[in-house]
Amino acid sequence: MTLRAALRALRRNKLRSGLTTLGIVIGVAAVIAMVSIGRGANYAVQKQIESLGTNLLMVMPGATTSSGARSGWGGVSTLTVQDAQRIAEESSAIDGVTWFKRAVAQAVYGERNWSTSVQGVSPDYMTVRGWSMAQGEFFGQRDEDTANRVTVLGRTVADELFGPGEDPIGATIRLKDVPFRVIGVLQRKGQTMWGQDQDDVALIPFSTAERRVLGTEFLGAVDMIFATARSAAEISVAEEQITTLLRQRHRIQPGQDDDFTVRDLGEMAQASQTASRVMTSLLLAVASISLLVGGIGIMNILLVSVTERTREIGVRMAVGAKGRHILLQFLVEAIALSLLGGLLGAALGIGSARLVSALAGWPTLVSPGAVFGAVLFSAAVGVFFGFYPARKAASLDPIAALRYE
Amino acid sequence: MAALIEVRDLWKVYEQGDLRVEALRGVTLEIEAGESVAVMGASGSGKSTFMNVLGCLDRPTSGSFRLGGREIANASADERAELRCREIGFVFQSFNLIPRTSALENVELPLVYAGVAAAEQATRANEALRAVGLAGREQHLPNQLSGGQQQRVAIARALVNQPRLILADEPTGNLDTRSSMEILEIFQRLQRESGLTLIVVTHEPDIAAHFARVITFRDGEVISDTRQTPRVAVAGVRA
Repeated sequence: MTLRAALRALRRNKLRSGLTTLGIVIGVAAVIAMVSIGRGANYAVQKQIESLGTNLLMVMPGATTSSGARSGWGGVSTLTVQDAQRIAEESSAIDGVTWFKRAVAQAVYGERNWSTSVQGVSPDYMTVRGWSMAQGEFFGQRDEDTANRVTVLGRTVADELFGPGEDPIGATIRLKDVPFRVIGVLQRKGQTMWGQDQDDVALIPFSTAERRVLGTEFLGAVDMIFATARSAAEISVAEEQITTLLRQRHRIQPGQDDDFTVRDLGEMAQASQTASRVMTSLLLAVASISLLVGGIGIMNILLVSVTERTREIGVRMAVGAKGRHILLQFLVEAIALSLLGGLLGAALGIGSARLVSALAGWPTLVSPGAVFGAVLFSAAVGVFFGFYPARKAASLDPIAALRYE
Repeated sequence: MAALIEVRDLWKVYEQGDLRVEALRGVTLEIEAGESVAVMGASGSGKSTFMNVLGCLDRPTSGSFRLGGREIANASADERAELRCREIGFVFQSFNLIPRTSALENVELPLVYAGVAAAEQATRANEALRAVGLAGREQHLPNQLSGGQQQRVAIARALVNQPRLILADEPTGNLDTRSSMEILEIFQRLQRESGLTLIVVTHEPDIAAHFARVITFRDGEVISDTRQTPRVAVAGVRA
């Protein structure tokens, strides 16, 4: 009955009620949209970490931590196949090692051609990167030993060179004018954190790359080594082991800078995740302020309403309403207002999260917890900001209230 | 049996800074159940204060007030609300219906606060509206009703909880003669039929003539308390 009375009172002033809830609507919508976008971003980053391979360490030639002017990675190749093999043999915290060298080259099939990254990789590449085949199979140790001219294409390259319905397996394409037989197509992997298309590759055996396609500065030079730690907990140990081993092998004196760089991808991902979390928290704080302002709006309107309805309150008291009846009525009005705003805001928030997904292409993930929490919080705002006006109404003197003009 | 209302040496004093106003100065009287009383007096005579105390809207500064044998001069706010809810019905000069709320819902209001079940609320409110001749206007809003009709809704609201006492503060003050007669006719009929105790404040001798007892206040004291044969109210055509 109190609820009915409250809803009736709100309906009496539709425009005012609507405008009052607007603050809450916007606040809740903003909170939900922000949380959805933030969670979506986090989820996307997590997906990207997974797509790179779990517990992955990248070892690149050249120092990035140098004090003086020094070229970064990709300058002079100082890493070798032997480095990689020794890492695999000697580092207890490391599970798998793979290496590659690469160059941008033209891939040609019939009339079509596509500029892609041709990468010579060791046979373990797939396991270490946690990648799998969509079609066909990967090359093995024998192809490596004999420097076979076989290639496995990334999805993008396969799509660019072969029309729909054409089977790439068994076809012969030319990479840097060298004919290769396509023996497999990779599963799609998507973009890296830095926006590189990981599917835009043509993988060939490392020895083939070195001897027949890309050439080399010296035998065994690699562009990058990937190593996986046995577990997430052992990543830092693995990193240390690699550094120690490589410094020793490269005869780097104590105090001298490394001529290589070890990067923990998880760390990078975590950094970007932290950044997005900080951003989300900031936006959330702003959105919460809107909720607060909305609450004050409700309090303000209720105070006006109490004054306006002083006579009504007097009448209600005269016919037997106790203080708590009046208190409850105004409190319920406040909660109804804010809850209504909360529900509308939740709908609007989910809607705008979807809209952002659709228009800006940002991934969003609506969190049921956040929706529930925001709606609940809006009800709490109603209780908090409704209490003062409600108490003011309940403590009116009936005689004065009845006489109020 | 004791009288319905027993008032002994009732004082009400307002103090505002140095200003001391004695609104009631030792009022003593009894009103039996079933009486119809007109309370008269100039404004500031204390009659409104007296009515507020009788109606449990206000507490006396000192003195005793028994309603149905029960001392309630010092009742708490909640106790007084309870009494207003069950024992007393109010009728005001300016009707005091809740705006933009149907006649039926206005009449249901005391039942809501008395905790009566929803289904029974409607039945009893309909009954009360019928008793004041407003059957068929249950869903009208106050601003769709004439002054006389609004006052009849207010009477239905005062009656719906079957109180023992009806207090009316110049119920005809805002009405034309015909509507006033209708209201008085309803009062007299109710009193005749259900033995209600009726106390009405008025300053029109014409209205007071319709009540069996007239109590006159001046300067916070009762200066006359007379009994008479009430004039019978005859309304014209029922609206």
